[in-house]
Amino acid sequence: MAKGTFVRTTAWSPGPGCHGGCGLELYVEDGRLVKVEGDQYHPYNQGRLCPRALALTQYVYHPERFLYPLKRVGERGEGKFERISWDEALDTVEERLGEIRDKYGAEAVIFAQGTGRDVGGPISFLCYSFGSPNWVQLGLAGHSCYTPRLAAMMFTHGDYAVLDAGQFLPEGMADPEYEVPKVIVVWAQNPAAGCQDGFYGHWVTDCMKRGSKLIVIDPRWTWFSSRAEKFLQLRPGTDAALALGMLNVIISEGLYDREFVDEWCSGFDELAARAAEYPLDRVSAITWVPAEDIAQAARLYAEARPAAIQWGVPIDMGPSGTTIAQAITHLWSITGNLDIPGGQVIARAAFEVATYPFSTQELHSLYGEEFVKRMNEKRIGAQEFKLLRNFRGWGQPDRAVEQMLSGEPYPIKACWIQTTNMLGGQAADTRLHYRALKNMEFNVVVDCFPNPTSMAVADLILPAASIAEKESLRSWWSPLQVMMPAVQVGECRSDWEINLELAKRFNPELRRRFDTVKDLIDDRLKPSGYTFDELKDGHWKFPEKDTPTRPYRRYEKGLLRPDGRPGFRTPTGRLELYSTSFKEFDMDPLPFFTEPPESEVRTPELAAKYPLVMVSGRRSPVFFHSEHRNIPWLRECDPDPIVEIHPDTAQALGISDGEWVAIFNDRGRIRRKAKVTPIVHPKTISVPHGWWLPETQGTEPDLYGIWDLNCNLLVNIGPGDASGYGGGPYKTTLVAVKKLGEGAAAGRGAGDTAKRGEE
Amino acid sequence: MAKKGLLIHYDYCTGCMACVVACKQEHDYPAGRWGIMVKDFTRETEGRVQVDFLPFPTDLCDLCGRRTAAGERPACVKHCMAGCMTYGEVGELARIMETMPRSVLFAPR
Repeated sequence: MAKGTFVRTTAWSPGPGCHGGCGLELYVEDGRLVKVEGDQYHPYNQGRLCPRALALTQYVYHPERFLYPLKRVGERGEGKFERISWDEALDTVEERLGEIRDKYGAEAVIFAQGTGRDVGGPISFLCYSFGSPNWVQLGLAGHSCYTPRLAAMMFTHGDYAVLDAGQFLPEGMADPEYEVPKVIVVWAQNPAAGCQDGFYGHWVTDCMKRGSKLIVIDPRWTWFSSRAEKFLQLRPGTDAALALGMLNVIISEGLYDREFVDEWCSGFDELAARAAEYPLDRVSAITWVPAEDIAQAARLYAEARPAAIQWGVPIDMGPSGTTIAQAITHLWSITGNLDIPGGQVIARAAFEVATYPFSTQELHSLYGEEFVKRMNEKRIGAQEFKLLRNFRGWGQPDRAVEQMLSGEPYPIKACWIQTTNMLGGQAADTRLHYRALKNMEFNVVVDCFPNPTSMAVADLILPAASIAEKESLRSWWSPLQVMMPAVQVGECRSDWEINLELAKRFNPELRRRFDTVKDLIDDRLKPSGYTFDELKDGHWKFPEKDTPTRPYRRYEKGLLRPDGRPGFRTPTGRLELYSTSFKEFDMDPLPFFTEPPESEVRTPELAAKYPLVMVSGRRSPVFFHSEHRNIPWLRECDPDPIVEIHPDTAQALGISDGEWVAIFNDRGRIRRKAKVTPIVHPKTISVPHGWWLPETQGTEPDLYGIWDLNCNLLVNIGPGDASGYGGGPYKTTLVAVKKLGEGAAAGRGAGDTAKRGEE
Repeated sequence: MAKKGLLIHYDYCTGCMACVVACKQEHDYPAGRWGIMVKDFTRETEGRVQVDFLPFPTDLCDLCGRRTAAGERPACVKHCMAGCMTYGEVGELARIMETMPRSVLFAPR
């Protein structure tokens, strides 16, 4: 409520932890954050706010929070740290990383981040200022989070696209130009439990209230499935077959937009021939979805105009994620739903201001084409994977962890780990990552709280500021806006502040360009013509009509291509249903289906031994990945590390609701508390990821229970595809489940499996 | 003064827990005290699974008297991610309810 003074800012990262975008009012009394409210004037959330943002005070003033730089004084894993000054901390980083750079080259240091938070900008800036090409989402098998989807979109239509919820228009859904999608396909996501990829999840419910009908494609029933016209409960990892089957129905029944295809697309005949290889009976056998349901869903989507697709990360995690995404983009392309009101709108950073470099073009604009090319010579995976070499700047995470242990083709000696708890979170084959990080000569952790990763491997810890304590900028996607600090907590510093200071030490030329973080932000804002001071206090800006970063129908207006001609930013200028770029990268230019690495079809013997498909990663509205288990208001809403198991399966295994069970395969065994529920398919189990218990022993060997609870102990690394992207098997790992009986609760007796990290 | 209440269009409650935490923050309730709870009523009927949630204001709900006196909406109503809660006079809310299937009306305390 409007009491006291407040600072108006935008949520992106530490605190809610998410991909962000919500307008916040941060209330301050006597220098202390006392309350958080949604900003009702902000176009993104219009006053609404999620539980994680509403619990911000418990996060900011949590008793376990890192408040000062710390250096390790015992052995790694003993949890013995000593407070040091920022000067000493920064000197140490400069000295240790400097020595490694001198001895082995800058590429010997990996700069590791986790999910799509407001860390991508600062960490890539530090990585490149240091001179390393190895900016890596370490632990993320198959690099399967959004990048495979982004690659598919970039090489198909030269741009990214998202469901149009009016987010690019100042008046939102009330804008006279806007139209609500008649049909929304919610594909592999539960938008109620978080705002992924910069998309406010409840925009889908806003559309439903305005009449949108739903098609839901998911292995698991969600709130959205229960309200869908069609729910397709597919076998995990078979999304490509389903998309190709739908394309086949749409093409063979003539339901596509002939005019759009003729005028703007290329490769339609080749796509039609490929789709014809996926008749309904074949697709039904692959996906477990009845043929008639597939046909009806395809018709419902194709006959609605506009229609839009809201998709999730399981697509990236499917076998060859890039090609699954490519098949789905073709659905919106051939139905003419691209860049129209209520369809799939082309999404560019507002005013082409680059914050977190999402594309090769943005990297070029920030660092120059020559520099990016030079970085590619040593970037991990860039020689092996041509797509990866020609897209963005990431190192390939699976090759990175292998190289940290093998030293081939060149040694990796240090890891800068910034707000990512990979051992409690995304690291597939957790033990492999544990060993790789232990193999480093020097590890720096920048974070807010102790966690399994900081405890196991940190030599130096730098305390990161939360959203309430930092200046930053955001252009993902619109509007353009800046973040304002409301309070100072301990000696915490923002990711930008830490990284700018170190970047200047590693690249003294930067001293002339940027004195403060604000200087850097103003520099990045230049393409917009605005400054930090002009944007602060809620003065966010939307691009004007008929400019490249605002919809609609930009391909007709010549707003997408650098040469100003109509068409798309692809090699041929057309929307390439047959991708000439993929062909150049030695990939299939057309989408195809491939079986998951482990499945009842590909590995029947393994499936006989481990008959259940473990689908990890279902979202909880009160947690963001491995965060927030330590926030009392949030944890009590979702207290236990559970496994969702179908009543029939539970009955066959003699398992009751609420009892502790073992989940295992040849890679290991974890324990979870059974939640018996019909929302999962009898042949799958759903295992929420990111579980560790901050209330338990953190020092080795326990590491807050990760060796007992982390589902990624059971998951292999990737990649599953010639692109280097996709095929992190987080959704398709085969497991068995058994009863544990009495006294099997987690958090106790962790010792029996705790030593597994050493195996 | 006319009796005030909460109209909850539970068909739209997605179980996001925003109301729960908004209430705790507003009243400074520690973990273990709830002014509003969200219950999961997921069930299987005839081959379909119906995922439904229902927010339940507890005996601690005071309809955010301090906020409403200052012209603000209750914390849960304002922050509800799905916008499925309305604060107002019970009689008025009941009239809205006539055209709002799958909704409930609460008149706490």
